[in-house]
Amino acid sequence: MQLADLYRDVILDHNRQPRNFGELSPADATIEGFNPLCGDRLTLRLRFGDDRIEEIKFDGAGCAISTASASLMTEAVKGKTRAEALALFERIHLLLTDDAAPVDDEELGKLAALSGVREFPARVKCASLCWHTLARALRSSQGQGPAAVSTE
Amino acid sequence: MNNTVSVLEPARFDVAAVRREFPVLARTIHGHPLAFLDNGASAQRPSAVIAAVDDYERHHHANIHRGVHALSQEATALYENARDRIVPFVNARSRQEIVFVRGTTEAINLVAQSYARPLLRPGDEILITHLEHHANIVPWQMVCDQTGATLVVAPIDERGEVHFEAVEALMSPRTKLLACAHVSNSLGTVLPVHRLVAAAKARGIVTLIDGAQAIPHLPVDVQALDCDFYAFSAHKVFGPTGIGVLYGRESVLERMPPWQGGGDMILTVSFAKTTYNALPYKFEAGTPNISGVVGLGAAIDWLGTLDLEAAHAHESELLAYATEVLEGIEGLRVIGTAADKASLVSFVVAGVHPHDLGTILDQDGIAIRTGHHCAQPVMDFFRVPATARASFAFYNTFEEIDRLGASVARARRLFT
Repeated sequence: MQLADLYRDVILDHNRQPRNFGELSPADATIEGFNPLCGDRLTLRLRFGDDRIEEIKFDGAGCAISTASASLMTEAVKGKTRAEALALFERIHLLLTDDAAPVDDEELGKLAALSGVREFPARVKCASLCWHTLARALRSSQGQGPAAVSTE
Repeated sequence: MNNTVSVLEPARFDVAAVRREFPVLARTIHGHPLAFLDNGASAQRPSAVIAAVDDYERHHHANIHRGVHALSQEATALYENARDRIVPFVNARSRQEIVFVRGTTEAINLVAQSYARPLLRPGDEILITHLEHHANIVPWQMVCDQTGATLVVAPIDERGEVHFEAVEALMSPRTKLLACAHVSNSLGTVLPVHRLVAAAKARGIVTLIDGAQAIPHLPVDVQALDCDFYAFSAHKVFGPTGIGVLYGRESVLERMPPWQGGGDMILTVSFAKTTYNALPYKFEAGTPNISGVVGLGAAIDWLGTLDLEAAHAHESELLAYATEVLEGIEGLRVIGTAADKASLVSFVVAGVHPHDLGTILDQDGIAIRTGHHCAQPVMDFFRVPATARASFAFYNTFEEIDRLGASVARARRLFT
């Protein structure tokens, strides 16, 4: 277990300069994620074109892991269909929680940087908050689920 | 033969000797000696407490107040003897005033439900401060919902201080209860509880002091303080978790109905009528945490072997040194700069989220608390989502604070 595994350059970079950070107006879906234990908060805003995520932005306050994960996520899912984005959510969920999950750099691209988190169980919630929020946004924009999500 | 004794030099507090009493302090974490700076959340246990609980579990366990057999009598004696030792520890008048509860949180809920709920009418007020732990906010919000009473919150200033005048100004004929911390868990501020209790008492306002953070750092004398209730948890004062004490003034406890019903809190039960047991048993329904009480008694005995004045003086030096070291780090801001503080420091570092700081420090073997410290209104006041908090016990060292400073500085370099 090494700190450098957790705080890889990609993570540090996306924490310092989060991509797709800010408001999105108008938005087709706005959903909040909250981790009551640590106080991390984020708001995801999405705009869809046909079935694809045309635009996605986030804002809020969180730690480096939470901020970088959200930033990487918005880059990764922009342009994806709902089904593709949900499939990626499942993949990342495994990556974060299952030690045996493969870290396929090519397929995951920059998202592979999140794999270091699984060595730090206390921080898995930080990395997964935005992904759970996204999954809920995608499902609720199809008429399922509540408009807020919590990783506690 | 040299039998010269210097009477001019005060006996230094022997930190190394005290540390040897705490087995966990010999651990290494991620290859580094443990620096345990999270005592505000829960303190560690000395061998004396561990041994007392072990002895009870191995040799004396049975249910209390019930059997005529030897083990039940031994367990009862151990349990009740511990109560007798708490009486002088907080300077209560009698053992009737010492009620065992699960912890500070349960103590406050007991007072909210048993004292406040039957008494409060719509328009009545409960006065707290902005510094309170959620455990001294939510039970009052619940009882306000139940009764139509109003929760009134006294302000703090930008140093995290509670001013006597600001609280006194909010005391009115509608105020039925003042509930405040003795020491703030998130900032370390020591509140002016003596003056507050005196002002409340002059107006006939009943007072509860949340002593969870004060009990390890300050001598507590409930008669000198003259409060009606004082609550604390054993695990903050080197005892086990899941056990705590509600001190209540006997005349007030007498008037209160039982909170929970069950065994041990009754004298007689029939389907027509039940009569309740005397104090303090009226408030101790069901089989209690016997080994926890034994451990708490042992913790108090063990504290009695220390020079507590010297121990507290050492804690003050740790606080002063930690404040100096941390304030020397660029971009670091100490949150809570009250003139009178217990030995904890809350802080934020520009560009480094407290949780990242917590992980990095942990890798260096340093345990601190990060988060909102169950005091979200305090975080909102200072407009921070969370802080890092280093909280000291008398077994901490200056060297551990040097390590804290070095590790925080390293974290800052990583992120900026």
